[in-house]
Amino acid sequence: MIRVEKLVKRFGEVTAVDDISFEVQRGEIFAFLGPNGAGKTTTIKMLTTLLQPTSGSLELDGLDPTVNRDEVRKRFGVVFQDPSLDQDLTAWENMEIHGVLYGMPRKERRERAATLLQLFELYERRDALVKTFSGGMRRRLEIARGLLHTPKVLFLDEPTLGLDPQSRNQMWTHVKTLNDKDQVTVFLTTHYMDEADRVAHRIAVIDHGRIVAIGSSAELKEQTNTESLEGAFLALTGTSIRDESANAADSMRQIARMWRK
Amino acid sequence: MLSVIFILWLREVKKYLRSRTQIIASLGSPIMYLGVLGFGLGPIFRKAGEGSYLQFMAPGVVGMTILFTSMFSGIALLWDRQFGFLKETLVAPVPRLWIMIGRTLGGATVAILQGLLIFVACFIAGFRPLSVVVIPLALLFMALIAVVFAALGTVIGSSLKDMQGFQLVMNFLVMPIFFLSGALYPLTNLPRVLALLTRIDPLTYGVDGMRTVLTGVTHFGLTADAIVLVAVAITLLTVGAWRFSKIEI
Repeated sequence: MIRVEKLVKRFGEVTAVDDISFEVQRGEIFAFLGPNGAGKTTTIKMLTTLLQPTSGSLELDGLDPTVNRDEVRKRFGVVFQDPSLDQDLTAWENMEIHGVLYGMPRKERRERAATLLQLFELYERRDALVKTFSGGMRRRLEIARGLLHTPKVLFLDEPTLGLDPQSRNQMWTHVKTLNDKDQVTVFLTTHYMDEADRVAHRIAVIDHGRIVAIGSSAELKEQTNTESLEGAFLALTGTSIRDESANAADSMRQIARMWRK
Repeated sequence: MLSVIFILWLREVKKYLRSRTQIIASLGSPIMYLGVLGFGLGPIFRKAGEGSYLQFMAPGVVGMTILFTSMFSGIALLWDRQFGFLKETLVAPVPRLWIMIGRTLGGATVAILQGLLIFVACFIAGFRPLSVVVIPLALLFMALIAVVFAALGTVIGSSLKDMQGFQLVMNFLVMPIFFLSGALYPLTNLPRVLALLTRIDPLTYGVDGMRTVLTGVTHFGLTADAIVLVAVAITLLTVGAWRFSKIEI
């Protein structure tokens, strides 16, 4: 479903993604596990047509995201690290706009929006403004919205960041159900080991823009001779803390946090 | 195509109509200008033989309202692309041009509505247009001002990298555009440098156009005003579309 070959992305001097190759099968849940600044988000941005790769090739459902942009866009849904809902609109209106943007006929759009909101337990609150929603509800709404146009692939970029354990648990249960039932391929990034361990069929450990290991959770443990995935992760990526310099997005995130309180 | 542009336009308008506190808050400064300057400078203006100052400045204050509202809606893009809805639209299978058009028209519409509110406030304060017939023509000029500055806002919002640039734009662009527009003073007999600066300010033509239509007092003439505004609008929309298409997240 997804094929990445020798993918490289450079921002000036910095190489964010350094020659990575991997494949994701149809119906698989695939996790990108890595410390901050490992290149997880950059890879997602390239697969979702938001960034052009420096070199290498990409394929999603047999199509090249750099060439058949709009065709590829119809085939995936995405939940970004930062929220992308319109908080001053209701849950239903957010779904409506998404449906129109993806050119869905009115009837189909409304039926599917209702089904998805029910599935994610948001239907009762459909006419409430998103700004009155909790963090967990917002995430669920974003996932529901991402699935509205029946995509084949769902990208989730650190979807559980800032959620409490209950919301995280509930969210993954929903994602797993969807994956089982509709065979939606899920590509997720996280730095919570337990999540990757629990939901992903296969995990790629990425560090400094390179894939250092790839395989199922059991395989990774075996490969590194460790008991837990956390042990395997630390064995693969080392224990040093990544001190990134703050960029523009980080400073804006800080302001956003200030405003939310 | 139309449904996409329409729903993005509708989004802006809906959000505006829902934010009552914001509407009231943004009426504050124009009403202050109108009240304090309008009545404060009125006697001097009259003594100088120029007639009613309120009558003179009302179109300027309406222009100012539209300037601030539409510029702001464009610059809000900056915030929107990191934490808001913009990213959602950028991965949708629609050309960026439609997104930019929907957004800009929405921002312009909101600015026109806001300008109309101030127009009503001016009327209550004692401003009287020549006749009711001229109001549609005044609306046309309001729309032109709104489109020009919503497009300029889009250019800036697409080009800035972070919020720090925002203050810079407010102080070194938006405020000068307002003060150099002839909204508050007549354009005749100005020092040469100031006269030159007022001539390169697009709002000058917008305010002059409205003033011509509403009160019959003109500086450049209606046709010149309209031509300049339309030309600037087309240029800025083109640049805006180009900058918008270059946004990387």
